[in-house]
Amino acid sequence: MKTISTFVGSLLLLLTLTLSGPVAAQGFDELVTDLSAKSFNAKIKAVEKVAETGDDRAAAVLRAMLEGRLFERKEDGKVFITTREGRAYVLTDPLTLKEVGQVKSSTLKKIKVNNRLRGVLNGALGSLTLLSKDPVKRASAAEAVFKNRSADDIPALEKAMERETDAGVKAKMEMALAAIQLTADSPEEIKIAAVDVLTGHPTPEVRALLGGVVQSEQVESVAKAAAEALSDIERRLAFFNAIGNVFQGLSLGSVLLLAAVGLAITFGVMGVINMAHGELVMLGAYTTFMVQEVFRAYFPGAFDWSVIVAIPLAFGVSGLFGIAIERGVIRYLYGRPLETLLATWGLSLILQQLVRSLFGPTNRDVGSPSWMSGSVEVTGGLVLTYNRMWIIFFSLLVLGLLLLVIRKTAFGLQMRAVTQNRQMAGSMGIRTGYVDALTFGLGAGIAGVAGVALSQIDNVSPNLGQAYIIDSFMVVVFGGVGNLWGTLVGAFSLGIINKFLEPFAGTVLAKILVLIAIILFIQKRPRGLFALKGRAVEA
Amino acid sequence: MKKKLLTFAAAGALSLSMAMSGIAHAADTIKVGVLHSLSGTMAISETTLKDTVLMMVDDLNKQGGLLGKKVEAVVVDPASNWPLFAEKMRELITVNDVDVVFGCWTSVSRKSVLPVVEELNGMLFYPVQYEGEESSKNVFYTGAAPNQQAIPAVEYLMSEDGGEAKRWVLLGTDYVYPRTTNKILRAFLHSKGVKDEDIMENYTPFGHSDWQTIVAEVKKFASAGKKTAVVSTINGDANVPFYKELGNQGIKAEDIPVVAFSVGEEELAGLDTAPLVGHLAAWNYFMSVDNPENDAFIQKWHAFIKDEKRVSNDPMEATYIGFKMWTQAVEQAGTTDVDAVRQAMYGQKVKNLTGGIAVMNTNHHLSKPVLIGEIQPDGQFETVWETDGVVKGDAWSDYIPESAKLTADWTYPWVCGNCKEPKFKALIN
Repeated sequence: MKTISTFVGSLLLLLTLTLSGPVAAQGFDELVTDLSAKSFNAKIKAVEKVAETGDDRAAAVLRAMLEGRLFERKEDGKVFITTREGRAYVLTDPLTLKEVGQVKSSTLKKIKVNNRLRGVLNGALGSLTLLSKDPVKRASAAEAVFKNRSADDIPALEKAMERETDAGVKAKMEMALAAIQLTADSPEEIKIAAVDVLTGHPTPEVRALLGGVVQSEQVESVAKAAAEALSDIERRLAFFNAIGNVFQGLSLGSVLLLAAVGLAITFGVMGVINMAHGELVMLGAYTTFMVQEVFRAYFPGAFDWSVIVAIPLAFGVSGLFGIAIERGVIRYLYGRPLETLLATWGLSLILQQLVRSLFGPTNRDVGSPSWMSGSVEVTGGLVLTYNRMWIIFFSLLVLGLLLLVIRKTAFGLQMRAVTQNRQMAGSMGIRTGYVDALTFGLGAGIAGVAGVALSQIDNVSPNLGQAYIIDSFMVVVFGGVGNLWGTLVGAFSLGIINKFLEPFAGTVLAKILVLIAIILFIQKRPRGLFALKGRAVEA
Repeated sequence: MKKKLLTFAAAGALSLSMAMSGIAHAADTIKVGVLHSLSGTMAISETTLKDTVLMMVDDLNKQGGLLGKKVEAVVVDPASNWPLFAEKMRELITVNDVDVVFGCWTSVSRKSVLPVVEELNGMLFYPVQYEGEESSKNVFYTGAAPNQQAIPAVEYLMSEDGGEAKRWVLLGTDYVYPRTTNKILRAFLHSKGVKDEDIMENYTPFGHSDWQTIVAEVKKFASAGKKTAVVSTINGDANVPFYKELGNQGIKAEDIPVVAFSVGEEELAGLDTAPLVGHLAAWNYFMSVDNPENDAFIQKWHAFIKDEKRVSNDPMEATYIGFKMWTQAVEQAGTTDVDAVRQAMYGQKVKNLTGGIAVMNTNHHLSKPVLIGEIQPDGQFETVWETDGVVKGDAWSDYIPESAKLTADWTYPWVCGNCKEPKFKALIN
């Protein structure tokens, strides 16, 4: 009974559509059907025509197409906007923008979009959404118009600029207008004025645009102005580039610092060569994975907090493993560096295999919270990614807390006492064995915390630790054994040197050069940048 | 004395019966070696192929085995360690006595097993796209050669639909496959009038994770006023941080498309692909292709692996085609003897999962269709371009002058993998 009424309903709808169609929307109707053309060239023509109608429904249809939600019904070739619900699709008629029912996915065929079409769609949507209420949408619309550079957009752009109140968006619109004027057929003085406007926005996109203009422009004065503007922008971009390099260097340095600071305790302060340090880092990363699994299963809404929750847990897990390693193996080997090295190397293999057996050999997916995804564009051409910024901040925080613990707490005092003079400390009533275990646990726990940060930028696999162990030793030795400030300076200077070498020498050669430089440096200053002085050194 | 004799006789009988049962046992099964890394940097890609072979073996046994015998898979783990590949290959052939080996992913691992498989006259099916410039009597290459993947992909990006790219960034992992592919691509780009100043080449080590500088360099290179495209031959798990960095630095496919030759559905699984929509991959197979053969394969795969979420990819299809061809050739030859099976391999036909028919050519490469797909938000690829028919795999690239002269043909009168002239004079005429 119900089906009949639906049938009648849809029949009525169809009837009204066909009746009202010829009067109001015949053109639009046909154009929408053209969107399902076979070749991309035909689709592009259809998109341009749909956009030209300026119809209110055009934006909705084109956005659906851009997002891959425009489908063709197999039986009659009619085009629908769809939303997915489980395995079925809810159809929306593009002409009425009303829902018309639900069908199985097998009855539909997706209208394919490729990069070129996506660019055209973005441009078309850009000119359609220049007057949107949302400033973010207006800004991206202006960017799309800038990329599209179609002279047809000038009236819409001028109208939008008159109404625009947001300065940032207005600047983007000015850029877009200048770009169109410069590339379209406009008089000489307007083109030169456009170059002037563009010079004020030194971004890689403007550089690309001007580079093209310099090569193709016929009018000499314009070409000359563009060339001057280009060299000006290139100079400024080179400066931003250098700042970008420093940032990348700091970021690499912060990763090195995180990996090395735990080692600075176990190797630098205690003198234990712990080859399993990298695996303690890896355990921290897997703890993050486990925490995220719990969050995904039980608190999907609070996923953004998972990384924060993982930090103390990773500290605990790696710290406990560290204490177990110290009590179980290392305490029998104090003063025998070679045996310690071999034993901890073995431990590192055992830990790797343990993780491989438990979690499998393949990488585990650790998600990034939303506040760590994406980037901020400081000025044109200088893009800083959030995850890297957080990690730089986090590494400094960890180092700061560690210094605080060592300098200001009773445990820190005992730790320093034991490492400087074990017998004396023991005779003063400090339980040296207990302090040893906790110190090693502290170093291991910090390694675990480093693992949380590394899980955000590297693959979480059983091999994660191996990639960092050599670098960590390098940083500690370079910075000066037993000196946390040395570790800080060592990590950041190695990071920055590496990043400045990379563009010229390539990744592999840059690493080799840094390694050679360190070998030479150690020849000259065997105790590193900040050597400890005094009697404690000889002990 | 008598007792001793008796014991002796008993022992003799025992050893005899053992030897006989050994023979009987060997005759009962056909052994298939699986040489894929199950740990290390390549495990992300290779573990799936091991499972694919196991699925095919399982399937074959359910249908009654091969030549009336059961088929048994011998799995070893070369652990992404290239010299270990050679050792494990030797172990498979001499100790485990396998009749055929399915294995290797990286070209460096294939190059490492090559002398062993040739010395012991084994048979290897290599299921991954590779750089070409090779044809061994003992290897069947079921993945794409450069003319079945790299060249069509670059041609697509040069075309109107692909965005008419004029400047090229060639990013790769530092080993033989990317370096050789890029050598071929550079020669190809030269032939299309692209100058050296419009080509940037960059190599990184396996497992590289810090992509900030390189992605920033690409951005800088792309802002020189010409449409720029990136061709990525980055291998293994280094791809994950690379794509993460692309997403974070906001490189959109409409501005700088990245076409990858080693990134398939498996590598994208577990990666947020929303910022990557539109970046491309060129393969001979995509999971999303709507085809009855493909649907059946995916169903079988999900049933075998007991996980509905697992994806399928191109090297799996290549493994599938290789395995099917090998079983057909064994049935035709009536034996698993390597030399007989090799002869039976030529001209074997298997239906592609994406439509059309794959044929084994006498240069040990397949004829297959080429597809180019764009990454979708759900981690799948959508085919945006494909060749009209199948493309014949070319062992020696036409774009490198010294290789253009070489021919690979393992039938009479050539019988050679890299010759300028046939080994024998043809008797006809």
